[in-house]
Amino acid sequence: MATVQAHTETKWWGGGKSPFNIEYGKLMMWYFLMSDAFTFGAFLISYGTIRFSQNYWPDPNEVFNAFPLAGHANLPLAFVSLMTFILIVSSVTMVLAVHAGHHNDKKGVIKWMIWTIIGGFAFLGCQAWEWTHLITGDHAVLINGEISNIGTTVTMNPWGPASSVSGADGHHVNTTGPVAFGGYFFGITGFHGFHVFSGVIINIVMLIMTINGTFERRGHYLMIEKAGLYWHFVDLVWVFVFLCFYLI
Amino acid sequence: MEHSVQEVSFHHEPGGKEVVQKIIKTTVILSVITIIELGMGLAMYAWPMGEGLKLFLKGVIVILSLAKAFYIVGIFMHLGDELKNMIMTIVIPLMLFIWFIAAFLWDGNSWKTLRNTYNKTAVQTTAPAAHGTGAQH
Repeated sequence: MATVQAHTETKWWGGGKSPFNIEYGKLMMWYFLMSDAFTFGAFLISYGTIRFSQNYWPDPNEVFNAFPLAGHANLPLAFVSLMTFILIVSSVTMVLAVHAGHHNDKKGVIKWMIWTIIGGFAFLGCQAWEWTHLITGDHAVLINGEISNIGTTVTMNPWGPASSVSGADGHHVNTTGPVAFGGYFFGITGFHGFHVFSGVIINIVMLIMTINGTFERRGHYLMIEKAGLYWHFVDLVWVFVFLCFYLI
Repeated sequence: MEHSVQEVSFHHEPGGKEVVQKIIKTTVILSVITIIELGMGLAMYAWPMGEGLKLFLKGVIVILSLAKAFYIVGIFMHLGDELKNMIMTIVIPLMLFIWFIAAFLWDGNSWKTLRNTYNKTAVQTTAPAAHGTGAQH
């Protein structure tokens, strides 16, 4: 800029200071997250391609309508809304941890990191329940003229179009739906869940380092900021997973 | 790592209360958008509506999700506070998604059209109106 640069000939960056005024590790975290966005994007777009190629696709309101301890009550999207809010709240507690770090407030960082970790575990618990419910929840489906009870897995999809056959309870029995539904659902939510899991591990490491006073001695809480970037990215990906699998 | 810190003059956030208020405001915005999205998703389930209206609602939900992404990245991840050049090194590569999404959804749709035109058996077993045995893999 306006500073005298007698020792450099180039009109481009000449070294000596950070061109983006950002610490190296933080910048690399941004570029890692950008590449991770392309990975998730490719998965979701692949899901979109297959979905666009099908004449029939299950209605998420019918597939995701269960809630723990609510029995067979029809509560479409209720549980996934809870999961979404858990993740938003844990993102907020993470921002507050980063904010406390800016003010070198060790106690604040510890408090908000603990809440963020609790939120991460709560989300993972919800996802474990949802997967178990989908895999073990049997539905009567017409396969080759016979009624079979199948759950939702990567090879089976009971959420197909209704057939003309009625079951014992008088409802129309479904035929099988596109088998890609389970593969994409478990593949993408699983990949996201793995990110949440590794985020929780990173946050736990950051919490231990904060308690041990590592960042206090270092004089800054930049590591909390970097862990925070990763954690917010996990929340960001969930926005799109939530959009693609549950809302539309 | 220690040496690089000296090259960076950090712009610390101003004040304490302003930032917390900004965080609370963003939280409220994200929650309200999520509730609106859920309401629209449930409306598509609760009331019978034409495909055109459904597609419109889905489009609005997509735009609302992009708004949520903007708030998370801009405020929670503080990307809005970085230098503009740095923001551009993140945002410009992401523009590849415009082609990526359009091309592949188009491809999926073309696949469906071709199959429905040339493979009548597939149509009978996958179309919503089909009855009887539907074994397809």
